[in-house]
Amino acid sequence: MSNGQEFINNYNQGTEYAQGFVTDVETIDVPKGLSEEVVKFISKQKKEPKWMLEWRLKAFERLQSMKEPDWQKPKYPKIDYQDLYYYSAPKSLQDQPKSLDEIDPEIRKTYDKLGIPLLEQKRLSGIAVDAVFDSVSVATTFKEKLGEIGVIFCSISEATREHPELVKKYLGSVIPMSDHFFATLNSAVFTDGSFVYIPPGVRCPMELSTYFRINASNTGQFERTLIIADKGSYVSYLEGCTAPMRDENQLHAANVELVALDDAEIKYSTVQNWYPGDKDGKGGIYNFVTKRGACRGKNSKISWTQVETGSAITWKYPSCILQGDNSQGEFYSVAITNNYQKADTGTKMIHLGKNTRSKIISKGISAGHADNTYRGMVSIHPKATGAKNFTQCDSLLVGNKCGAHTIPYIENKNASSEIEHEATTSKIGEDQLFYCRQRGLNQEEAVSLIVNGFCKEVLQQLPMEFAVEAQKLVGISLEGSVG
Amino acid sequence: MIEIKNLKASVDEKEILKGLNLSIGKGEVHAIMGPNGSGKSTLSYALSGKEGYNVSGEIKFNKKNLLELNTEERAQEGVFLALQYPTEIPGVFTKNFLRTSLNSIRKANGESELNAIEFLKILKEKSTELKIDDEMLARPLNVGFSGGEKKRNEILQMALLEPSFIIMDETDSGLDIDALKVVSNGVNSLRDPDRSFLIITHYQRLLNYIKPDFVHVLSDGKIVKTGDWKLALDLEKEGYGQFIN
Repeated sequence: MSNGQEFINNYNQGTEYAQGFVTDVETIDVPKGLSEEVVKFISKQKKEPKWMLEWRLKAFERLQSMKEPDWQKPKYPKIDYQDLYYYSAPKSLQDQPKSLDEIDPEIRKTYDKLGIPLLEQKRLSGIAVDAVFDSVSVATTFKEKLGEIGVIFCSISEATREHPELVKKYLGSVIPMSDHFFATLNSAVFTDGSFVYIPPGVRCPMELSTYFRINASNTGQFERTLIIADKGSYVSYLEGCTAPMRDENQLHAANVELVALDDAEIKYSTVQNWYPGDKDGKGGIYNFVTKRGACRGKNSKISWTQVETGSAITWKYPSCILQGDNSQGEFYSVAITNNYQKADTGTKMIHLGKNTRSKIISKGISAGHADNTYRGMVSIHPKATGAKNFTQCDSLLVGNKCGAHTIPYIENKNASSEIEHEATTSKIGEDQLFYCRQRGLNQEEAVSLIVNGFCKEVLQQLPMEFAVEAQKLVGISLEGSVG
Repeated sequence: MIEIKNLKASVDEKEILKGLNLSIGKGEVHAIMGPNGSGKSTLSYALSGKEGYNVSGEIKFNKKNLLELNTEERAQEGVFLALQYPTEIPGVFTKNFLRTSLNSIRKANGESELNAIEFLKILKEKSTELKIDDEMLARPLNVGFSGGEKKRNEILQMALLEPSFIIMDETDSGLDIDALKVVSNGVNSLRDPDRSFLIITHYQRLLNYIKPDFVHVLSDGKIVKTGDWKLALDLEKEGYGQFIN
């Protein structure tokens, strides 16, 4: 088995959501509800410095006067924020196991089952993993080896203690603390996520990745990730996500910030396979995520690639702020919704610097009773002379009970810019299916083949080890959608 | 080998095939000719199992009734339909499609799947015979192919999949004389004592290159006359008028 196969998992178990199991561990939970005490509790659990707690409390204070946004297309029942748990961590991790061998065997087994071995002898070569279980980081592999070349790869909690100067400088610098309701909520109660710093001129020699797992019930997961690529550096980072099958909806509200300085490049890939709910739309994760990258330096580049197959509702717009002259932003997206899943996703490309370029390729696939919206913004500011954007949004419908929508916003304040937008909507053709089946492929193989062809431009952006698995995932997400 | 009995097919309550009988022996080449609207394409879809047709009667093939099998099961049994208008599938490279197809059929017949190297070796052999260059195989399936390329691609698939019963639906339509020769040569090279053909065509032209053992005239959903290849020549001269009520 290739690394990618192990990483994203073995999906051979058919239509059943193979990652839907629950791990039985003793946990430390905070009392239900959102309060100053809870914020303090989380900070204390993380052994955070005082400045970090103050930052959280400021966010908590701001939150009191903020309202949940409601402009998105997928509506959901009101979330009772006092009825959620904001922290859940396996008890065994309280004292932070010193070595990977000390990790609770139950948790180790969980990751083995998910195809992410954490133990030394089984580690994936070429891929360093930070494993986040509910509110805590379980382990980060290859930390020492990466440290030798100055790369910092650790949990964000550890970074607030070990690298406060970097965290202070960059945390909230891309997504301001009071940006919007969910970003502010996250700023107050964020638990774990990854921290990456690549020093000047270093090309990170391995793929960095984080695997997010929600295990506890009634618990929100508030991931916080911060990646900084210093001058002339390069890093490729991948995140994967799974959760148990539960009848309730669970909230995952993450903030991810990327900063690329002069001549630096960050490639950020997501394979999101949170529990999507059952075939009648019961349960599933609310994936309400704020992802934003700043191309702060000249000639810098940030590229987002996302394959979104899970979650009951996906609501996110990984964006690029193109500040540095000649900087580039890219967004490649495949969003698949089946049964009663809903997605409202896209990107924002904010052109501030001269000769900034952006490219958006979005492929939305809708099957069953699902609804899929591309929403995106291209904004060219007055000083962005010579800015260029190309956008292509394609939607594919499988069956006749699903929906696809494209909502592009374009703001142009500089006459020298070039903006292109192309959009198509098509239905998976009966003739295409017949042709494939006449050549011996069964219905599911035929759908998978046609859809993969449709997504090809995006899937080929993924790191090679993962592209093959993502292709399989695309097929499995659509099982049972035709005929 | 193929025994079609009282085959009826209708679409949206409209009966198109009205009790067709036809028997095709091993290694035989049969041609079906007929005017527009006589049910030629419907026959090819009824045989290959396209959805959307209400079909009754019996199609016996290798001791199985094809009507009990779905499209892919028939293909896996060895039924191949060369389409009049082969479908375009964007983003799916022709080479990958051919390998997926061949492996699906091998798997269904209990044979091992071919790895990339084994497959490319076979593909090279077959495509060279049909004068198909690599560049075409590296393009997405049928996307932007000329009419001739699409038909050659169909013949290549026949050669790869080695079906035992080949139905060709107006394969000659839209081909210039050079392409017609290439296609006909390809078909002739596939003629085999264990392989039967049903060639559906409007015109006698194709039958100059692929000489059938039998020619049938299809009119109003039934076979109204059967003869040898000379019947095709008569039809070319006299037209279908004599068979239309």
